[in-house]
Amino acid sequence: MSLSSKQKATVKDFFSKMSTRSDDIGAEALSRLVAVYPQTKSYFSHWKDASPGSAPVRKHGITIMGGVYDAVGKIDDLKGGLLSLSELHAFMLRIDPVNFKLLAHCMLVCMSMIFPEEFTPQVHVAVDKFLAQLALALAEKYR
Amino acid sequence: MVEWTDSERAIITSIFSNLDYEEIGRKSLCRCLIVYPWTQRYFGGFGNLYNAETILCNPLIAAHGTKILHGLDRALKNMDDIKNTYAELSLLHSDKLHVDPDNFRLLADCLTVVIAAKMGPAFTVDTQVAWQKFLSVVVSALGRQYH
Repeated sequence: MSLSSKQKATVKDFFSKMSTRSDDIGAEALSRLVAVYPQTKSYFSHWKDASPGSAPVRKHGITIMGGVYDAVGKIDDLKGGLLSLSELHAFMLRIDPVNFKLLAHCMLVCMSMIFPEEFTPQVHVAVDKFLAQLALALAEKYR
Repeated sequence: MVEWTDSERAIITSIFSNLDYEEIGRKSLCRCLIVYPWTQRYFGGFGNLYNAETILCNPLIAAHGTKILHGLDRALKNMDDIKNTYAELSLLHSDKLHVDPDNFRLLADCLTVVIAAKMGPAFTVDTQVAWQKFLSVVVSALGRQYH
């Protein structure tokens, strides 16, 4: 399910439109992840407060979104471009890859909320595919 | 049995009372067929599904989306026993329609995205939690009778 060149262009275009609100989307998406899927809080037991909307959650959501934007720039070679991030996730963080899908869903919901006109079904499928490819690249070094 | 707080019941009821079944039903089913094109396998008799534009203009799909959304009314009216409320529908999807139950989750995700677009900031974290809990109970009940 790789991206066509049209879909890559769609992703770049939408992310560029989204850039003014990218921090909000990142922060909201992670908040919604820990709220809707409470089991994901298990990865944040080292934080004093891992509740939705808390400062560490919002801050980390912004960090993650920064990583996603970085990946947009590497859309033509996600596996190669995300090698060190994959090693981080594989050997240090060891986040079960099923959670990448859950976070992707929360990101899509936030994009849809904040950009209802722009987040058309065609944009949705391109972004969903991109996030799935990104997740695959992150899980590349797992085993 | 699923436990619902008063707040969750209020949130779900409120979403449905403000719902435009035709608009949201059509948009959700179209989005599902576009974002997860393999779901089109169940719509062989529904006319032209050639690309996103034709799907979005397809009146048979629009009507079916409305029908599916009204199907959720039953869950809303029987929130304390969704499992049994959908037993017959589950058998129908299993034995007659032969729908892979994973598709219920895909449609539910698309419905969530469409409702989020409609409600904007009103689709708060608590709203999303309650809404997805409701949909996951529905999805589970629909897959329950598969054998």
